[in-house]
Amino acid sequence: MTVMEQRGAYRPAPPPAWQLRTDPAPLLPDVEPYRVLGTEAARKADQELLLRLHGELVRGRRYNTQATALTKQGRLAVYPSSTGQEACEIAAALALRAQDWLFPSYRDTLAAVARGLDPVAALTLLRGDWHTGYDPREHRIAPLSTPLATQLPHAVGLAHAARLKGDDVVALAMVGDGGTSEGDFHEALNFAAVWQAPVVFFVQNNGFAISVPLAKQTAAPSLAHKAVGYGMPGRLVDGNDAVAVHEVLSEAVRRAREGGGPTLVEAVTYRMEAHTNADDATRYRQDAEVEAWRDHDPVLLVERELTARGLLDEDRRSAVREDAEAMAADLRERMNRDPALDPMDLFAHVYAEQTSQLREQAAQLRAELEAENESDGGAGQTDGAAR
Amino acid sequence: MTTVAVKPATMGQALGRALRDAMADDPSVHVLGEDVGTLGGVFRVTDGLAEEFGDDRCTDTPLAEAGILGAAVGMAMYGLRPVVEMQFDAFAYPAFEQLISHVSRMRNRTRGGMPMPITIRVPYGGGIGGVEHHSDSSEAYYMATPGLHVVTPATVADAYGLLRASIASDDPVVFLEPKRLYWSKADWNPDAPSAVEPIGKAVVRRAGRSATLLTYGPSVPVCLEAAEAARAEGWDLEVVDLRSLVPFDDETVTASVRRTGRAVVVHESGGFGGPGGEIAARVSERCFHHLEAPVLRVAGLDIPYPPPMLERHHLPGVDRILDAVARLQWEAES
Repeated sequence: MTVMEQRGAYRPAPPPAWQLRTDPAPLLPDVEPYRVLGTEAARKADQELLLRLHGELVRGRRYNTQATALTKQGRLAVYPSSTGQEACEIAAALALRAQDWLFPSYRDTLAAVARGLDPVAALTLLRGDWHTGYDPREHRIAPLSTPLATQLPHAVGLAHAARLKGDDVVALAMVGDGGTSEGDFHEALNFAAVWQAPVVFFVQNNGFAISVPLAKQTAAPSLAHKAVGYGMPGRLVDGNDAVAVHEVLSEAVRRAREGGGPTLVEAVTYRMEAHTNADDATRYRQDAEVEAWRDHDPVLLVERELTARGLLDEDRRSAVREDAEAMAADLRERMNRDPALDPMDLFAHVYAEQTSQLREQAAQLRAELEAENESDGGAGQTDGAAR
Repeated sequence: MTTVAVKPATMGQALGRALRDAMADDPSVHVLGEDVGTLGGVFRVTDGLAEEFGDDRCTDTPLAEAGILGAAVGMAMYGLRPVVEMQFDAFAYPAFEQLISHVSRMRNRTRGGMPMPITIRVPYGGGIGGVEHHSDSSEAYYMATPGLHVVTPATVADAYGLLRASIASDDPVVFLEPKRLYWSKADWNPDAPSAVEPIGKAVVRRAGRSATLLTYGPSVPVCLEAAEAARAEGWDLEVVDLRSLVPFDDETVTASVRRTGRAVVVHESGGFGGPGGEIAARVSERCFHHLEAPVLRVAGLDIPYPPPMLERHHLPGVDRILDAVARLQWEAES
């Protein structure tokens, strides 16, 4: 309604009869997470998709183990692993088209890599040579968000702007179970529903916010049920079933693209590793609980289906393994090189044009560096060797 | 040829005209906030924008400041130039995380790949008889955040010129609107509006020889009044309107204080940890050998903003400013 219509429409009138503004029934998630693998429906899953998912999952797992190894070698400052959650990471990347946008959290470097981003660029934040190692607009991947849930309103604003411009763009925003307690989660979902923005909110419920289990995080029937309060559909899916997650996310993306508005998807999964390499998970959970999830591993679930179809012979296995090893070897090799650092970059991008105060500070740092260089006999041009 | 009569206009009208002209000139400029559409904002600054440009360009949002600013970040990511209205100073606090963790850092984080051309309009300051949470001076928080510009007008012409410059800036600007000056009037022709003022330039509002009053926003008219009253005491005070706290115009400030040899910083914000401490330090570092007396501050009291019936004791007034001027060690002169 336009402003004038709204103003023109004002007439004293009796209060209208009460009615619900939206029928909540179609918005409600199923009570069981949606599954494909291990069910009858698996027989109908597309063979090409299964093979693609398998290759990506094996690569993704190898990426996680390699990145964790790099923390032990001091090549990454920290790594929050998505081991056990690869189906979610891969499916998120595969559900999007080239023009769509991904809004990852700090645990979602794998989703960015699966989308085609160079792993070294994806890990720049966690190596610590800069905060973002890629051009977000080139890849349509927002910077990894460390403050929880704060990337969700960004996804809403971007999707809203694209829709206002008439562009066919969907934003998929990733967040964890802990992030759903943040105020920005609430505000983002509310804005998205009011604006009918083409956004998919993708919650990976991996059981823990660092050490705090979901029971201390929420009293909601499920995180997907929260959708109903905003007037958008909630979908609950088995987050270790790559086929199911891919199907649910693809459907949500299609719905957003066709003007159906936002969807909240909760994927039930499990964080197999500690929060990061700096965390000790034995302080808050039992090994038996972790072990129980090993039989529901996302790689294993796809392999069972491929085996049942006779598609996973030794040649196939070794081809997939070699591909993953090649990726890991390349990542290892390039991460073992010291990154080029220029301390003067610290001043380069604070403002479009440096303030006189920053120019003064830049001059001071430059003088300090020159003095260091002289005392080094001109050796250290950058900080790179200090690592 | 007809000449348009120059009529008195209020600061609020000049701000509204700046928004309108910016929206007309650039389709990527979008206004969003609480009550900015149908109502035209609680101070009526956005009056008429939704009618002229439609609800998609001037949008009433849900009541959630972090959501408003967070959505503006996403809109800026996609190439729009959002102008966000925070309804009152103290209602901007829920948006702090978005402002500090994202708006101020996004350009730096992405090596210039993703600038944030967002203008955040915040009505600020007291003196309007507002009840609790309607009169804060929050500029020190914003000043302490690298990556933001902090701009505040004190005249009708500057309200137009500085807001146009802020919207045109490729960096985020916290645009602080002194709410008790919304209704201040000056001769100003909306059909030949004032020039767009560059951000970061202070201006000498009143030239003088005895001492410099360094001030901004709502305290500028108070300082000009104090300067007039000071004539009776034999003091010829210079008044510098800073206009921009970030970037800070060291050049204009330093030149003035070196000329007069004495300085008082005046603002409504509390003194402890307030902008005056930074300004006094900068002046001392640059003008030490020209100073005849320590740089003094006349600031709001270091208390939570008082209830309206007591606010006059909190706000820097003419007498408090003149008392400070009297303490600038004039004995040495005689």
